[in-house]
Amino acid sequence: MNSTLKPVPWKLHLAVLAVAIAFPFVFPSNFMVNFGVLALFYAFIGQSWNIAGGFAGQLSFGHVAFFGVGAYASTILQIRFGFSPWVGLPAAAIAGALVGGIIAVLSFRAGLKGSYFALITLAFAEVLRIIANSVDITGGGLGMLIPMKPGAANFQFAERTGFYFLILALAAGSVALAEWLRRSRFGAQLAAIRENEDSAKALGINVFNEKVKVMLLSGAIGGMGGCFFAQYFLYIDPLIVFGTDKSVEMLLVSMIGGAGTVYGPLVGAVLLALVSDGTRALTQIQGLSLALYGALLVVIIAYLPNGLIDLFGRWRKPARGKR
Amino acid sequence: MDATILASAAINGLLLGGIYTLVASGLTLIYGVLHIINFAHGSMLMLAMFGVFYLLTLLGIDPYLSLLIMVPAMFVLGYVLYKGLIGRLSSGKDENILLVTLGLSILIENLALMFFKGDSRTIQVSYSDRMVELGSTLVPLPKLISFVVAMVICIALGLFMRRTDIGRAIRAVAKERVGARLVGIDVERIYAISYGIGLATLGAAACLLMPIFYVSPTIGHVFVLVAFTVVVLGGMGSFLGAVIGGLIIGLTESFGGLFLGESLGQIGISLIFILILLFRPSGLFGARQ
Repeated sequence: MNSTLKPVPWKLHLAVLAVAIAFPFVFPSNFMVNFGVLALFYAFIGQSWNIAGGFAGQLSFGHVAFFGVGAYASTILQIRFGFSPWVGLPAAAIAGALVGGIIAVLSFRAGLKGSYFALITLAFAEVLRIIANSVDITGGGLGMLIPMKPGAANFQFAERTGFYFLILALAAGSVALAEWLRRSRFGAQLAAIRENEDSAKALGINVFNEKVKVMLLSGAIGGMGGCFFAQYFLYIDPLIVFGTDKSVEMLLVSMIGGAGTVYGPLVGAVLLALVSDGTRALTQIQGLSLALYGALLVVIIAYLPNGLIDLFGRWRKPARGKR
Repeated sequence: MDATILASAAINGLLLGGIYTLVASGLTLIYGVLHIINFAHGSMLMLAMFGVFYLLTLLGIDPYLSLLIMVPAMFVLGYVLYKGLIGRLSSGKDENILLVTLGLSILIENLALMFFKGDSRTIQVSYSDRMVELGSTLVPLPKLISFVVAMVICIALGLFMRRTDIGRAIRAVAKERVGARLVGIDVERIYAISYGIGLATLGAAACLLMPIFYVSPTIGHVFVLVAFTVVVLGGMGSFLGAVIGGLIIGLTESFGGLFLGESLGQIGISLIFILILLFRPSGLFGARQ
């Protein structure tokens, strides 16, 4: 667990940020910018999973609950009540945090952990999907179409680079949050809970409170991810924004990149985007990229429990601890 | 509401519950013995259903006759899978094995998507549309057969666990693995056998399901949460619980659809799952942990 406790040097942060900013100027084609948007988007929602699942060890199979609630909150505000998506973004964060908090309070009060917590989150996401599918305000199974009205005030950028820099800002914010968790007392308490809940309790950590807090944070990020998704694709329906697939992708990118590490979700997301674009370019066969990803998950858990990012750690010089 | 509609919903629910029971009995056995949650259960069922589908369409073997092929085939698959992969990884945290089985299910589902494409398939057999009268309700014959055979298999499994040496060894390992090892039981072999039996029940369920259901690469999703709900409701590791839980869930689904409509009706199962985990995690028949 050594590598997960080491803070990332600020030079690395700057380098990553510089590469990310330069990317759309070096590769200005629609295809490449779209690739960048999707990679950063998955890094962002992966970070939502990572903060709860990686840093605090609260594994969830239903993180899509926050994502979907955020997507619906902002879209309903926009379509039914005429609010700008810029209001929708914080609203989505609040909605996601609220759902995260409710699920956390209920489940952690009942003492659920490990696999049981993972399964109950899955069930909560299902309940939300069924509700979204059944009530009128969400448009039911037909979903909701966001009308095309290009303009930055409308969250719809004429150029894809507008979306790119927006999601880059969000993703950078999530990385900053993860780095703060790495360095802060709160993050240390979460690590203690992850490693051994009973001893964390014995050390005087209020385990319940800390776990609820981290789910609030994680839910807020997931909710914003949902809002971005809705605005980028301009269409949502219950199966897309509450489906198991998204939960699994959020989990996969951070587990494969490295759960509980600052850059794990980004590494996993770039790989996911590369693999899915790569396989799409080579063959028309559906499912190949996720099949590879499923196999990778098994391999990672067996041989590289800290994720692919560990491979970087191994050839980089070991900790030059700067604390 | 009309009594005949209620009666028909009850009968349909119970018949559905029979299949759920069978699917869940494998899951509960695996949990009870190995203490792992087999998230790949749904995708294994999907695999078995495609097996039944191709046995009929390519070789002309009747789905019920396929029981003789699919049950042993799935047992072997489970045994090998445990020996080759799951057993090696199952020693760590329980979340890890959950993730491994999740990874497996992603892999299997997407391989199925590659080979079989995304659309759903059904089969047609001579007795597909045959109806039987049960009281005042007309029931499709294959549904009735599936229920009866599922129950017979569950009873047979129960007897197997009580009366045979292997069954006793499995129960011994489930209760006390160190003690079982001390009296000379090969615990690793029992684990593999249990995982094999768990998947064998899916082979049986697939044969019973194909005449009344459809198969697609994502069909496992339909069953996975249902099976977990049955198991949690009945109590993890309890066979009797799986039977009662299966029937209750079948009824819940049927009446939910009747009273709340097709879409909202599905909510009952997830709600039961959440409520049981929150308020009575040991289920109806499970031992308190």
